[in-house]
Amino acid sequence: MAKRVGMEVALAVAEAVGQCNIDMAAVYPITPQSHIGEHLSDLVADGKIDAEFVTVESEHSAISAIIGASGTGARVYTATSSQGLMLMHEILPIASAMRLPLVMGIANRAVSGPLNILNDHSDIMPQRDSGWISMFVENGQEAIDLSIQAFKIAEHKDVNLPVCVNIDGFQLTHMVEPVEFPDQELVDKFLPARVPFATLHPSNPVTMGAFAMSDYFTEIMKAKDEALKNSKKTILAVWDEWAKIFGRTYKPVETYKAEGADILLVTMGSMGETAEIAIDELREKGVAAGLVKLRLWRPFPFAEIKEVLTKAKKVLVTDRAVSFGGPGGPVCGEIKAALYHEAVKPAIYNYIIGLGGRDVRVSDFTSMINQVAAADASKVTDTYEFLGVRE
Amino acid sequence: MIEVRWHGRGGQGAVTSVELLAQAAIAAGKYAQGFPSFGPERRGAPVAAFSRIDDKKIKVRSGIYKPDVVIVLDSSLIGLIDVTDGMKPGGKLIVNTTKTPEEIRRELNFTGTVATVDGTGIARKEMGVPIANTTMIGALLKVAGFMGLDALKESVEHRFGRIAQKNLNAMKRAYDEIKISN
Repeated sequence: MAKRVGMEVALAVAEAVGQCNIDMAAVYPITPQSHIGEHLSDLVADGKIDAEFVTVESEHSAISAIIGASGTGARVYTATSSQGLMLMHEILPIASAMRLPLVMGIANRAVSGPLNILNDHSDIMPQRDSGWISMFVENGQEAIDLSIQAFKIAEHKDVNLPVCVNIDGFQLTHMVEPVEFPDQELVDKFLPARVPFATLHPSNPVTMGAFAMSDYFTEIMKAKDEALKNSKKTILAVWDEWAKIFGRTYKPVETYKAEGADILLVTMGSMGETAEIAIDELREKGVAAGLVKLRLWRPFPFAEIKEVLTKAKKVLVTDRAVSFGGPGGPVCGEIKAALYHEAVKPAIYNYIIGLGGRDVRVSDFTSMINQVAAADASKVTDTYEFLGVRE
Repeated sequence: MIEVRWHGRGGQGAVTSVELLAQAAIAAGKYAQGFPSFGPERRGAPVAAFSRIDDKKIKVRSGIYKPDVVIVLDSSLIGLIDVTDGMKPGGKLIVNTTKTPEEIRRELNFTGTVATVDGTGIARKEMGVPIANTTMIGALLKVAGFMGLDALKESVEHRFGRIAQKNLNAMKRAYDEIKISN
């Protein structure tokens, strides 16, 4: 039986990655990711996992090093946050174009400036269009489970794409909470050795990530787009298999008391469970509110989002990042795009919340929902609000 | 659910305390969270750390604003920061000090339960160091009473190895010697 223990989530993520028979990891420390890299390096140094831990001089090197190693057929991992992810940015689309199954843990943190080390989603949002599969977790157990699943999804013969697992910095990474590690034997069965479609080897030279001008570039971009869209089939199959073996269910879009709700709140990441308490309180008072939690950010789950959100009269989308000078939050922009062609669609309200670690409490969720409940849906506009901003 | 706020100074081990407590509570079959006040840390500067303990799954991930129990690891913080900030009227305040509960009650004009123990003195005698973070877990368990001292054995042994017993002895003494004024 899997043992239930109390562990800091960052350490639990490293332990979970250590269960995945990785060949190589390269991690550069940055708060709040550092405990993941430190613990992984401990596991290697203590001989608990048989892998190379490459100490690099920057995140740019970390991602470049794992790309090289992945090209040889190795199973690889890195983790980062904020500025570290921004420094990797240049390399991210190269990894997806090369169809390399990297796995990266992101301890989400605000990006500078001003300098801030606390949690929001402004680090992952600029990476949105880099061709990576991108998933969010809301607690430590999910961080363990998705970190393991990520390898299976990334390396699947129909996918061959990099995967990032978004784990909210501090709120998740620095939390000691109950987690359960799957039995190693079951993980080994679930996640067999990687079978690469091509490998770099001195005795059998191949070229990867070569040059393409206008004659081929469009085709390669189309192939990447198709691969990312098609990956959803594999993601669903992997989650199905996970549920059968380990008993925990994952879906691209998850709901809580959404049945019969007039107002649906949308969250992504660690605030989902706090929001559930607000939904409970409101339901007790007779407010028909429900919660929709977005797990899969890329590929974006258009069908599932349409299915659930078109049933509500009003939708309140929370965003943990700003698309400056744009449509508000990036999640809301996507949801509006998803619903545009629907004949019957809800009024959509967008709140920017929890920037740079600003705490969002149960009472904040209830007051946002109450405001939206009181609003006249026929007068909804394309504006958005920064929750609790001092002006 | 019991919510606890720990006050200490950077380096006094408040974060270690919340880790140990959460691990022990979880090992005992409960649900728990242990977390630092998020942000930069400096040795000697006032820090806070937080615990939540419950018999059912804990969903809330926002901060703790109305603690049931406050533990002050370093009494020099009293007067410097408002240690009773947000405390519920029937809350429990535990202070590592040589003073009596009544003296602390007068200083802070606090109406809830006040408990004091010379945690630093105990730690010095039992472990040879003036660091009372583990010692004060004993005080907490006596005052808050959500689980027994035995629950800590495994996580303390895992963390401290051959000096674990000294920590457990210090915890036991704080548990026995703490003075409580309701």
